Amino acid sequence: MGETSLLSIFITALLIQNVALYYLLGMCPFVALSRSLTTAFGMGAAVIFVVTLTSSANWVIYQILEATGSLIIQYIVFIIVIAACVQLVEMIMERFFPALQASFGIFLPLITVNCTVLFISLKVTTVDNLSYIQTVVYAISAAIGFWLAMVMVAAIYEKLDLIGKVPKGLQGPGIIMIITGIIALAFMGFSGMV
Amino acid sequence: MNLKETFGKKGAKTIKNGIWREHPISSATLGICSALAISNKVENAIAMSAGVIFVLILTAVIISLLRKIIPSRVRIIIYMITIASGVTIVDLVLKAYWPTVSEAMGPYVPLIITNCIIMGRAEAFFVQNPPKLALIDALANGLAYTYTLMAIAIFREIFAFGTLLGVRVTPSGWVDWVVLAAPAGAFFVLGVFLWITRTAAGIEPPKSS
Repeated sequence: MGETSLLSIFITALLIQNVALYYLLGMCPFVALSRSLTTAFGMGAAVIFVVTLTSSANWVIYQILEATGSLIIQYIVFIIVIAACVQLVEMIMERFFPALQASFGIFLPLITVNCTVLFISLKVTTVDNLSYIQTVVYAISAAIGFWLAMVMVAAIYEKLDLIGKVPKGLQGPGIIMIITGIIALAFMGFSGMV
Repeated sequence: MNLKETFGKKGAKTIKNGIWREHPISSATLGICSALAISNKVENAIAMSAGVIFVLILTAVIISLLRKIIPSRVRIIIYMITIASGVTIVDLVLKAYWPTVSEAMGPYVPLIITNCIIMGRAEAFFVQNPPKLALIDALANGLAYTYTLMAIAIFREIFAFGTLLGVRVTPSGWVDWVVLAAPAGAFFVLGVFLWITRTAAGIEPPKSS
């Protein structure tokens, strides 16, 4: 993806290859938190923030690892950077933005094990070899894509909760899977846009 | 059932819980990213399950041996490092011996690190139990993960590609269900799978928050 324009990276990451709907990632928090619109909103926002931070940090670290020929410890280093970033963000928010901390701080520890974060760090380095600007644009748009998918599913689930008669075994994770499947089907229509 | 004689009372209970009662995917909905993403071909599903079982066992042994000396404040980082080391081994082995599978799975191999089954079992079980029980638990959970992945992968490969492990099994007039190979199909199959298993196991639906 050496010469790809920033706009096409944005559209690809947001709509065509949406991390949740195309790569099927980040499903654990997706299922757990899509039951309410407010939590989905908060989690999505936290993901956007952390993903942007960690993938820009990991991009720099990847260049260092590559230059020194120590790519074998890449995964370990990436996951530690992610855990450390999450911890740092939590501490900074607690100290300086207590209001923000109260609104989405509870989701932060969960983000360490959200596969989206690690995936995006790997995608911009090992898989696609993007430049720094492309990395930042990709990270932001992919994270917004995750937020979008999550909020859409949560909104549908909330409405369904009010009117629908979902079979007992299908309630909870089952019906969230079906809703997400329908949205993924709709998103397949975006393929070929770029 | 001779489970009790072979593994002792606690061991038998651990196995039953892992494989059926507290099935990691259908009851706790953990580790479904890989169950969705890797389950379009049986071959990939086998490689994925083997990788997850290997990392689970490694983590179980290391964490339960170290459980008395791990300070609780930094335990998450220790799980992470253990799991990431295991995954690095899996990745290198796959690249060396099954390059085609490694290619097909791409970035999903390193994503075993964030497979919540391993992390969840480490926090809930390995860190509180002796190595023998932890090992049994790791095997039971790995087995539950494997059969789920296999069920979904077999279904998807047969209906989406008309093949099983690359061998054609459907009659000549067969029309592939293309949607099952697409991500959307994965959601539908897993949704129905959850429906069936949760009904059969009598799992109560979560209270809406």
